[in-house]
Amino acid sequence: MGIGKNLIRVDALSKVKGSTKYTEDLVPSNALVAKILHSTIANGYVKDIDISEALKIEGVMKIVTCFEVPETDFSTAGHPYALDPSHADIKDRKLLNKRVRHYGDDVAVVVAIDSIAAQKAIEAIKVTYQELVPRVNIYESIEIEQPIHENFPDDVMSRMDFYIESDGIAKFEKHELLDELSSKHRIDGNLPDTHKPMAKYEYILPIVQHAHIENIVCFSYMDGNRIVVVSATQVPHVVRRIVSEALGISIGEVQVIKPYIGGGFGNKQDIIYEPLAAYLSKLMGGKCISIILSREETFINSRTRHGMKITTMMNTIEGSMRMENRAADIVSDQGAYATHGHAIAANAITNYFQLYSGTGLQLGSSTSIFSNLPSAAAMRGYGIPQICFAMESQMDDYAREYGFDPIEFRLANLLNVGAVEPCNDIAINSNGLVECIEKGKQLIDWDNKKKEYEQFNKDSKDLKKGVGIAVFAYKTGVYPITVETSSCRIILNQDGSLQVQVGAIEIGQGSDTAFAQIASEILSIPEGKINIVSCQDTDITPFDPGAYASRQTYIGGGAVKKAAILLKEKILAKAATKLALDVSGLDLIDEYIVNIESGGKLEALRDVILYSMYSLNNTEHLTAEATYTGLSNAFAYGACFADICVDVPLGKIKIYKIYSIHDSGTIINPQLAKAQVHGGVAMGVGYAIGEEMLFDQTTGKPLNNNFLDYKIPTSMDIPDIEVAFIETYEPSGPFGNKALGEPPIIAPAPAIRNAVLFATGVSINSLPLNPEKLVSAFKKAKLLNE
Amino acid sequence: MYDIKKIHQANSVQDVLRIIEENPNTKIISGGTDVLIKMKERKLKDVEIVSIGDISELKGISIDGNGTIIIKAATCFIDIITNADILRHIPTLAKACNQIGSPQIRNIATIGGNLCNGAVSADVVPILLVLDAELHINNVNGEVRIIDVNDLHTGPGQTSLDDGKEILTEIHIKKVNYQGYGFDYFKYGKRNAMEIATLGCATGVKLNEEKNKIADFKISYSVAAPTPRRCRSLERLIIGEDVSQDTINLIKPENIEELKPRDSWRASKDFRLQLIKEIGRRTAIEAIRSQGGM
Ligand SMILES: Cc1cc2nc3c(=O)[nH]c(=O)nc-3n(C[C@H](O)[C@H](O)[C@H](O)COP(=O)(O)OP(=O)(O)OC[C@H]3O[C@@H](n4cnc5c(N)ncnc54)[C@H](O)[C@@H]3O)c2cc1C
Repeated sequence: MGIGKNLIRVDALSKVKGSTKYTEDLVPSNALVAKILHSTIANGYVKDIDISEALKIEGVMKIVTCFEVPETDFSTAGHPYALDPSHADIKDRKLLNKRVRHYGDDVAVVVAIDSIAAQKAIEAIKVTYQELVPRVNIYESIEIEQPIHENFPDDVMSRMDFYIESDGIAKFEKHELLDELSSKHRIDGNLPDTHKPMAKYEYILPIVQHAHIENIVCFSYMDGNRIVVVSATQVPHVVRRIVSEALGISIGEVQVIKPYIGGGFGNKQDIIYEPLAAYLSKLMGGKCISIILSREETFINSRTRHGMKITTMMNTIEGSMRMENRAADIVSDQGAYATHGHAIAANAITNYFQLYSGTGLQLGSSTSIFSNLPSAAAMRGYGIPQICFAMESQMDDYAREYGFDPIEFRLANLLNVGAVEPCNDIAINSNGLVECIEKGKQLIDWDNKKKEYEQFNKDSKDLKKGVGIAVFAYKTGVYPITVETSSCRIILNQDGSLQVQVGAIEIGQGSDTAFAQIASEILSIPEGKINIVSCQDTDITPFDPGAYASRQTYIGGGAVKKAAILLKEKILAKAATKLALDVSGLDLIDEYIVNIESGGKLEALRDVILYSMYSLNNTEHLTAEATYTGLSNAFAYGACFADICVDVPLGKIKIYKIYSIHDSGTIINPQLAKAQVHGGVAMGVGYAIGEEMLFDQTTGKPLNNNFLDYKIPTSMDIPDIEVAFIETYEPSGPFGNKALGEPPIIAPAPAIRNAVLFATGVSINSLPLNPEKLVSAFKKAKLLNE
Repeated sequence: MYDIKKIHQANSVQDVLRIIEENPNTKIISGGTDVLIKMKERKLKDVEIVSIGDISELKGISIDGNGTIIIKAATCFIDIITNADILRHIPTLAKACNQIGSPQIRNIATIGGNLCNGAVSADVVPILLVLDAELHINNVNGEVRIIDVNDLHTGPGQTSLDDGKEILTEIHIKKVNYQGYGFDYFKYGKRNAMEIATLGCATGVKLNEEKNKIADFKISYSVAAPTPRRCRSLERLIIGEDVSQDTINLIKPENIEELKPRDSWRASKDFRLQLIKEIGRRTAIEAIRSQGGM
């Protein structure tokens, strides 16, 4: 089959039949259960823990408190190791914490024979706290009683400033005009020499969660002197390094196994409980210890998407739609621990200058602030859904204010092919955004629908219809900010079938299927004979840092391609020996060695393998292993269109349809790509209309950490979704391909928000667009009479 | 893993009543969709349970000679939704049941559980309130106590059932309470499935022959006071009025003494007041229209 074909997922059969084994399915029946005692304060110290009653409960084997664990600090970020110490992740976590930094922080752990005994013991432990006032709302400036981390006296984890002048190159230092901005976390006043006044906007993005169906889960046991960790992780090789660091043992002593994963979306890019499971196993003579979080715990004790407040300012050149000066400032709520550090806020702020440009001065600044809320880290889109909401809402707000057509306004300001974006020096070699917009306009019937809805809205009081658009640019992988590397090993079997081992992780996005297609494309072996080893085991799987940054097919695909080419060369060389022909005249087509000139079949691949493996005097097992170093990045693009109807008195948005149009370069598997877009749009709809983690504003206690009160959309809430691809060719991708994993989640929220603006004339400047918020805004706008 | 100490076997209503009498801490479990959640939340610990899910005398729907519709307490929602008599006579009850949870929940959860759980948001309650349903409650001595469903709820999560001694067996809906009425139920939630009502409203309307006057009017709300309840003051205002938008506009919080919507993080009082007005009016109009009015 190969590239561009609708190959059925390689894991479809086992998933549909329910025979796929996930981590929890593999927990040995005699494993002990570890349950964590979470703090009931958000900020302060554990003064004392009384475990005497808990120890009496039948079935309790061991209780470890925060006073007993090693003092070693580690980082939970699933980032590759940084050679430059200044780029290293902040190490601020212990296995258990005396210093409590959020409601639900880990202060003790019970190991018991089953979950009920463990739960009873948890309930019997008495903890004495010294409580500090929690910092729940970072946007309000408060007097800091005591910093959340002592190394960060004002709770500011990190800050990044830069400016871009007409040369289009970012200088990473503070522009003189930024001083004011920094002191207030907001932009005020006008820049000098502007033609038009600067318009200023403020957008607030909620804290949300990945809500993958498989909770956070791992187990660990010892095999002799070695530690084995089985975990639902996106980054097995990083887990191995972090476990070794946290326990102070050698990397080689740790084996990490990653079975199939029930969703991760970035949350499983953090290493949270694997070190604790490994530590407990070691402590208890190598017994198997499982840590299986409940949904309620997963919400609070894994990771979240950063809440942000984004202030933007902009103007256009008089008499034109061309943007002149632009500025954006992000204040990002980091939560309790640093995890990915400033990487996400930095990714977000730079994106503001990678989609559009201005002719004048452009300012960017971003600040990450610690709070006493759950820790924020990677989540599908890595900061871009937040900045895209601000940027694209602002485009429509500004267009409305100045009577621009929102689409023409966007088209007038795009950074296009030939440009080098200012922040990471990424040259734009493919950009199908204009075509995406055209395609979307045509699919939704934009011009007619606008007219139709304008007319409808004139006569209709309670129901208002609208269409909206948002566009985005999204990087593929992490180069040049971080290393891009991936390895693949291919083993040719006697019958011409393959085992392909990849370090890159299948987490449901379909990368294994894409890898099979890539191997097939090069080796001409049909995918039915290609066995992708889906389970990563650090003892045998070649290295790859993991599944994140929509990098699997771009970087991991590069590794598979390289290994496959290497194997093909070995096969042809072997065939040349066997046939006593010159290798340059041979090719591998349809599993045959073929004479390039005549096109004639010379020898079946299978015969070459048998010859290679079993010739009495000279055997060679044909395998290939290759490491691919990514030295490029490329922007994927897309446009999202929303067609909606607002029930004004009830504040409800009925989404008729979402159109999601993507330039992800060459599409390796159209059917699978479409499915990926469907999932991303569904998640984007949740971000738009329902999802938000809520906390008591005084105590920091979570209010809705369950699936009843945290509103992910159900299948009944997901609208029709139409997907289209504009296939550009991205020269740096292994087959012209670029990111698609994360992009679909980015634009639906602002597209829906802009459709609400069209329908009602009301700008809603925060997410989610929930009924209560809408009704209150409609009341203010006098759309509702008493 | 659930924290269950013991599971008792029962084959009849009498068995169940004997078991709960003899074992004071025993909880009746029907579909279990509320009971098991409480165990998971550790609000119920170390319990003994007795299941009524398989007791056939507690299952089924019938109509007696007087036209009274009888729904047995352990009847699952799916069986109500698909029952021909219900669909013919009180389709709004099927509509209400069809909005509960998800297909999986509707296949196991029961109407009796929805009532006895006492939740202020229970979806089956508002419509049963305007249907003036009667509840048949049995005790261990073989006595049957009959109460108006409007007297069941005594507070949030509380009912007038004597938990350790009584069991709900049947729900009766009399012909006079459904024939000639139009009904509607509006469940307001943020999602279209897997949702607990932010507010619910049911109305029942009878029109005069000319279809221009309201002969009878019943309205109830859930999640607008400590218990789901009828709004008799409003009903009195509307009965006898013309079928008109002006009459509909009488439906507003100012005219409803019985409701006390709360401010909570789930929804503010202001928002609930807006919903009381809006969905009250919409259900009233819908019920009137179903009778050929407006
Ligand atoms: C995912 C999910 C979604 C849900 N969605 C909804 C929804 O949309 N709307 C809604 O209203 N509810 C919803 N619920 C709650 C629940 O499903 C309903 O309240 C259901 O009707 C309970 O019935 P059950 O048979 O499962 O009750 P059980 O859990 O078995 O019992 C509930 C209570 O009633 C008592 N009880 C049960 N039967 C009797 C009897 N015959 N006599 C005396 N006492 C009895 C039990 O002791 C217990 O206290 C949902 C629950 C879940 C888990």
